[in-house]
Amino acid sequence: MSERIPVIKTPKVYVGGAFIRSESGRTFPVYDSGGQFVANVPQCTRKDLRNAVEAAAKAVPGWSRRTPYNRGQIIYRLAEMLEARADEMTGVLRQFAPAWTSAAEQEVAETVDRLVHYAGWADKYEQVLGSANPVAAPFFNFTLTEPIGVVGIIASDSAPLLGLLTQAAAAIVSGNTVVALASESAPYPAITLGEMLATSDLPGGVVNILTGYRKELIPTFATHAHIRGIDAVATGDDATALRRGAADSVKRVKVRQPDINWSSEFNESVYEIRNFIDFKTVWHPIGA
Amino acid sequence: MFRRTSAWERSYITVVSKHSKVEDFGTVDRVGIEERVAKFTTRSIKKQSKLWGLNTAVSMVDLTTLEGKDTPGKVASLCQKARQPSDDSSIPPVAAICIYPSLIKEARKLLADSPIKIASVATAFPSGQSSLKVRLQEVKYAVNAGADEIDMVINRGLFLAGEYDAVQDEIAAVVEATGDATLKVILEVSELETYDNIRAASFMAMQVLRPGDFIKTSTGKASGSATLANTQVMLEAIRDFYLDTGIPIGMKPAGGIRTAKQALHYLVAVKETLGDAWLNSSRYRFGASSLLNDLLRQIHKEKSGAYQAPYYFSEAAGSY
Repeated sequence: MSERIPVIKTPKVYVGGAFIRSESGRTFPVYDSGGQFVANVPQCTRKDLRNAVEAAAKAVPGWSRRTPYNRGQIIYRLAEMLEARADEMTGVLRQFAPAWTSAAEQEVAETVDRLVHYAGWADKYEQVLGSANPVAAPFFNFTLTEPIGVVGIIASDSAPLLGLLTQAAAAIVSGNTVVALASESAPYPAITLGEMLATSDLPGGVVNILTGYRKELIPTFATHAHIRGIDAVATGDDATALRRGAADSVKRVKVRQPDINWSSEFNESVYEIRNFIDFKTVWHPIGA
Repeated sequence: MFRRTSAWERSYITVVSKHSKVEDFGTVDRVGIEERVAKFTTRSIKKQSKLWGLNTAVSMVDLTTLEGKDTPGKVASLCQKARQPSDDSSIPPVAAICIYPSLIKEARKLLADSPIKIASVATAFPSGQSSLKVRLQEVKYAVNAGADEIDMVINRGLFLAGEYDAVQDEIAAVVEATGDATLKVILEVSELETYDNIRAASFMAMQVLRPGDFIKTSTGKASGSATLANTQVMLEAIRDFYLDTGIPIGMKPAGGIRTAKQALHYLVAVKETLGDAWLNSSRYRFGASSLLNDLLRQIHKEKSGAYQAPYYFSEAAGSY
């Protein structure tokens, strides 16, 4: 038998339920932990971000109108997909950081557990965060939650899978959709994650992942008026740029420090869901 | 300035077209035209030229509402939007509003002191399936109510049956009924099946139109609507007709043009086919309802540098 021609996967990013290259055609190389070239991944531009936001915005009405129970089922299904392909994901994580060799397996397991955690919250956070308020008049007074819309995520370098999915799961469980910028130093796990998202029953556009340079994309994340909230791992100038840019369109910015411990159980909390919901209070007359 | 077709001219045209077949107007190279229009989408238009293009596109919009549920109130807000599309006063008003005949009187009151034209569809829009007498009456009703422009539909059934003379005679009759109003002839290209038919129908209409009248792609009510390719067939027909006769006919693509980017592609096609003389609202229009909001959104983005949310521009409330 003749020698096989090598078949090497072209890394593409997952946007709007499809796998795309950057509209610019640009790529940047990623290297494994031994300094060996692995692949060229898309170097997404602000136009790619704009297109991703359009896709994400289109997905919000359908996703947020699903029953909370169904959103929980779908996020649980994503956990199932990740669990079934845990070996592949572990391999990818291991390939890019030898320091995590023992931790790679653990990171995948923790990510699956975290998805299951937030899947469970889908039909429960409303009971915790919403309320029936006592008022001194013949009215029922309820405070209810609503998703805010498109949430931008700037992912962590220290845990390129666990960090990204912790941020994403807490945002989408309430009906938001997400446009995420994957870790710049380790983008490959997010590319592999895209392939799992595609088989997870999540409607296209609910989670969109871009790869590229933070410096190029952070200003656009900050100023894009259609992005209603940002969950970013950032410090210094990046954090300032996000806060300042977000002010014009009055969007919420949650900044996390790069040394955040993603394994910590503090990342499993209903208050993470509260970051990106709006509260609506309604008065309803008490009937006879 | 309008050239009235005399009875003699009309009978002459009728005699000429008695022998005409679709092929007499020339055929269209399908592959060639689709390749050509694909190139229009690759032009790099940035910064100042983009801003110019977007503002020009705003000034060419026929802001349209053609729904069974239209009310005087909806037309009133449409007129407001037409006069002042944005709080940015450097953005021009649109060219015209396009409505059903029963609402013209309402719009006339609100646009009395403005340069914005009132266009009305008539002739049993959108199917055109009524008697000629009834269709002409509708045209006269719209003109009497104060329409500046009439958008008519041709009888596609008659065209596809090969009754070309009859189609042309009907258009000529409508031309006469419109009086001083501008006429736009809707070919409903998606129902004409082939590019050759679109070209032939364009010529049949242009032969009886006056300078400054328009041909228009679609009603927006059929399954297909304006595409760059079928618009290009019509633009080239306008060019060839102009070179033959010196009569300039306007063009109005309609239906399916929703984004500013599409609008710029269409303007590239005009610029590269007919030249600058057609890059104004007296010879080129966009029939659209949601296009205007996206144009405003992109103009605002060019000026501020930040991408804008669609709900800043009177999109349906409740959207994310």
